[in-house]
Amino acid sequence: MATIEVKDLYFGYKDEKVIDGVSFEIEKGNLVSLIGPNGSGKSTMIKLLNNLYTPWEGKIFVEGKEINSFRKKELARKIALVPQNSSINYDFTVEEIVRMGRYPHKKRFQREDEEDHEIVEKAMKDTNTYELRDKAVTEISGGELQRVIIAKALAQKPSIILLDEPTSHLDLNHQIEILNLLRKLNKEKNTTIIVAIHDINLATMYSDEIFMLSGGKIVDRGSPEKVITKRNIEFVYNLPVAVHRNKYTNSLSITPLNV
Amino acid sequence: MVLLGLSAILILSIGFFSVLGTADIRSIDVFRIVLSKIPIIKRHISIEDLPASHEAIIWTIRLPRVLLGVLVGASLSMAGAAFQGLFKNPMADPYVIGISSGAAFGATIAIVLGINISFLNISTISIFAFIGALGAVFIVINIARVSHKIPTTTLLLAGIATSQFLTAIMSLFMVMNSKDLAKIVYWTMGTLAGKGWKPLVSISIPSITSMIIMNFFVKDLNIMLTGEESAQSMGVDVEKVKIYVLVLGTFMVSMSVSISGIIGFVGLIIPHMVRIVLGADHKILLPASALVGGIFMIFADLVARTVISPMELPVGIITALFGGPFFLYLLRASKR
Repeated sequence: MATIEVKDLYFGYKDEKVIDGVSFEIEKGNLVSLIGPNGSGKSTMIKLLNNLYTPWEGKIFVEGKEINSFRKKELARKIALVPQNSSINYDFTVEEIVRMGRYPHKKRFQREDEEDHEIVEKAMKDTNTYELRDKAVTEISGGELQRVIIAKALAQKPSIILLDEPTSHLDLNHQIEILNLLRKLNKEKNTTIIVAIHDINLATMYSDEIFMLSGGKIVDRGSPEKVITKRNIEFVYNLPVAVHRNKYTNSLSITPLNV
Repeated sequence: MVLLGLSAILILSIGFFSVLGTADIRSIDVFRIVLSKIPIIKRHISIEDLPASHEAIIWTIRLPRVLLGVLVGASLSMAGAAFQGLFKNPMADPYVIGISSGAAFGATIAIVLGINISFLNISTISIFAFIGALGAVFIVINIARVSHKIPTTTLLLAGIATSQFLTAIMSLFMVMNSKDLAKIVYWTMGTLAGKGWKPLVSISIPSITSMIIMNFFVKDLNIMLTGEESAQSMGVDVEKVKIYVLVLGTFMVSMSVSISGIIGFVGLIIPHMVRIVLGADHKILLPASALVGGIFMIFADLVARTVISPMELPVGIITALFGGPFFLYLLRASKR
């Protein structure tokens, strides 16, 4: 059974259609990248998969159950979101933020117990943020904050993690650090990871499967080798490119040609 | 720990501020008089060495006034702290966003029309204050909202415009109903003077209950500070929490305003001060703001009733005199 199943999904803001009839399935334990130009519907798709928006038409199933039929906390125990812009202007400590990830597992008056502390500590260690635990989130770098938000997502103990452009504001070294972390989580815990990302070369290096979006439709999907073709890229981005195999990483790589 | 310390300071302040005034009374006597009123304990406490006039001053005038001050200061500060978190906006406070003037407006209508329909022992004036405040906050938030956000500038503009408009209508009522002038003047200036036990008792249970219930939402408020979509994705029912917190805060403020009138700046500066010292966690911030607000309020009232003794100033003037410059100082300090 697919962990996520989307059927004939339509959605838009006011009267502007953004998702235009999308259907797909995602297998458990896959690392899936959504790529496509700005406005292609990547971010919107991520939010729809987290039930933040209500579709105009169509249905989304999570582990076989329709997404609307979940209680809010129940869904948060299955799916965690790492939003695009996580700037926090209030001086919570790193540990306080990560501890918030336990919210969906707790009743309103239930206190955190030893197990919660262990999960939070493990989440911080896995994301290399344990040393930062007493620092205020207002005082750490963008890359560090992104890791903290991922730690918070891990503390939710989800089976699916959605990330919206997790690397877009980061330096190259931090981009690689985050993606290595995601791949490690994916391999070690069999967590399904769905990431909206605009860097095609990074997507190709890390993904099991790539969905290429354009104008709210899925133009092509499958392994990087199937999707990242000269024809697809030139069609979607309207840009002449060369697709070649990178001899260092052994993954496909694109180079724009009209430079 | 911090909360215990603040509670102790609050209790000592109640004793200390009760005695300061024109008559010469010792702090310890306040506690003795209070204890002498409690069944069982009173057998062990003798206050026969105290002049009867002291007992009368403390028991019938000072003590209800100081306790009312604690309740008003605590309600305004806790509501301010919760609203600042809810709107993620440092300028949100009951005075600025029009709740206080809405409540005063509702109370004025009840006084002028002489309506009397008390409910659950809450007076008509308090009920009308609550209705007026809910109306005002609904109007202000709908004017201030730009798509899903409530920016500081529009919040301030909408709040100030609504407040001024409602205050103008109140002034109109004053001119037209000159026999109620004194009452309405108190509402627009804010005072804790001459209330006695009755109004204090009638608002204490609703106020304290709403303050306790507000603390049920500390986790949700904390998570909402990290962003609304993020909170929603973590299972927080954001829209429901917003409504609960808004209604609870409006309720506790209206209860206070219906007795004391519009007292500004308390709900703005106290939460800021507490947040700077103790951090943003609502679990600490809400109760600590209430305690510090109570202490600040009775201190301001002490100044109001002693500075030009035997005359009195409206306490709203004192809170503004302390609050305005202090707030500017905080703004400067946080910029650096």
